[in-house]
Amino acid sequence: MDFKKAPILLLISIFIATGLQAQTKKHKAAVKPSSAKLKASIAAGSTIFTENCVACHQADGMGIPNMNPPLAKTTFVLGDKTKLIKIILNGFSDDVEINGQRYANTMASHDFLKDQEIADLLTYVRNSFGNKASAVTITQVKAARAANGK
Amino acid sequence: MKKRNLVWTMLPAAAIAGTILFNGCKSGNQHDKKATDSTTTAPTANAGLKLPDGFSAAAIAENMGGTREIAVTPQNNIYVKLNNLKDGKTILYLTQDGDKATLKTSFGDFKGTGVYVKNGYLYASSDEEVFRYKLNDKNEVISPDKPEKIVTGLISRNEHEAKAITLDNDGNLYVNIGAYSNSCQVLDRKKGSPGQKGCPILDSAGGIWQFKADKLNQHYGDGIRYATGLRNVVGMDWNQQNNQLFVMQHGRDQLHDLFPQYYTTKQSADLPAECMYAIKKGDNAGWPYMYYDWQQNKKILMPEYGGDGKKEGGETAINPTAAFPGHLAPNGLLFYTGNQFPEKYKNGAFIAFHGSWNRAPEPQAGYFVVFQPFKDGKPDGKYEVFADGFSGGAENTAKGSAVHRPCGLAQGPDGALYVTDDSKGTIYKITYKK
Repeated sequence: MDFKKAPILLLISIFIATGLQAQTKKHKAAVKPSSAKLKASIAAGSTIFTENCVACHQADGMGIPNMNPPLAKTTFVLGDKTKLIKIILNGFSDDVEINGQRYANTMASHDFLKDQEIADLLTYVRNSFGNKASAVTITQVKAARAANGK
Repeated sequence: MKKRNLVWTMLPAAAIAGTILFNGCKSGNQHDKKATDSTTTAPTANAGLKLPDGFSAAAIAENMGGTREIAVTPQNNIYVKLNNLKDGKTILYLTQDGDKATLKTSFGDFKGTGVYVKNGYLYASSDEEVFRYKLNDKNEVISPDKPEKIVTGLISRNEHEAKAITLDNDGNLYVNIGAYSNSCQVLDRKKGSPGQKGCPILDSAGGIWQFKADKLNQHYGDGIRYATGLRNVVGMDWNQQNNQLFVMQHGRDQLHDLFPQYYTTKQSADLPAECMYAIKKGDNAGWPYMYYDWQQNKKILMPEYGGDGKKEGGETAINPTAAFPGHLAPNGLLFYTGNQFPEKYKNGAFIAFHGSWNRAPEPQAGYFVVFQPFKDGKPDGKYEVFADGFSGGAENTAKGSAVHRPCGLAQGPDGALYVTDDSKGTIYKITYKK
């Protein structure tokens, strides 16, 4: 390793570590016993995101102005879970305005994803890009798919 | 607001991390001029653009809204089309004094992209219609509230809506009608959905239509489908040397997303080519049945129609005149006919690349103005990046979070080159001194 970079890496690690610690403290009350399960779901969801979503919504979840909406801190993502699951199942072609910016691109239906994959994906999205929200479960996806009349 | 707050709270951390990483990589270099430049807030040279020797740039107007295409009159005054409302209006008229342009008036209530000045009229487009305004002998609009409707009822379906326009020397108007689809799948952009046989979109979109420049209320039936098989065109210009229409096509998206078995994310970022086509009446450029691969120099069968990245296709499709890397989004095309720039630029093509979004997870690219040399009406040698730096730095470019995004191009009567930015509403003027 380049010794010149060592102090920088150390600094970054401390920075990240303190950041994480602060986060853990802050959300201690919200952390449930099943946090290992949550972590596994988020990790699995991250892979599905990379294969199916990143090209439009981007790695930072900020989307592209005029075309692809952001996933960071929007009511679409953090609000009603059934509505969110239905966007994955049916796609989305409405012209929407989020925080004063218009988004017009068509999102295709992703109903080919399995129930567990959708649950993991949405759990990842709801816990990334600055989001912090409850997990989406396979039961919730199954129910939404059944109610979707497909 | 939430989004903005997030950005602001993240900024200091990003800046610190950026500085650490940057200085880390350049360890040992005590006098890092670039690092100083990137952190200063004072006005930067050439409005932040990097240009070839002898050229300089000025931001003659800023915060003008979503400035799309631009036209400069023989009197050196400027018309700009907006894709959003600015103070309730969508066409700006500016006058110039040195390196400053001043907004004189604004008018029009239709959002859109195209603007063009020719033969005593100002032409401007919404996403469904084309209008014109009569000009006086100083090329000022006589009745800003009373445009004439030239073309109406064009398709606009939330994808490739912009109606770019240009005129020839024989009283014809050319309008791009972009395909409301990525690759004419039965279900747009859906993995596994096949391409529609005999793509029905091509009847009313995915091509260039020709209309009369002086006839009112024309519909599809009054026009001619001049060229087809063009997915989406924003940059287009009438080449005066060839007396011919040239267009820049935006190539298809998502090769890896939809066909991971044939394309890596890297291939998907680079392919297909963004193509320049020299158009003759009746030409077919091949979309959606093929795309052009600039690495293999071949027309490749579209995977939605049975392709695998290798099988060739598009037997009846014309070849591109020039091909550029994928997803750079050519939004402006201008053949330079002025006398101010050095001789090599004469009759060559400037192309404003708006910048990519469909290269993720690979780094994004573009956000620059390119020069493609021409000789005797044909490309002569490789293109070169002419004006760079719109994005505000390599990191912004890679992330796709460019500060400025070049869009429209125009030439002034003195041979100066104008570039719009539809992100921050900056208008740049690029000049050359011997």
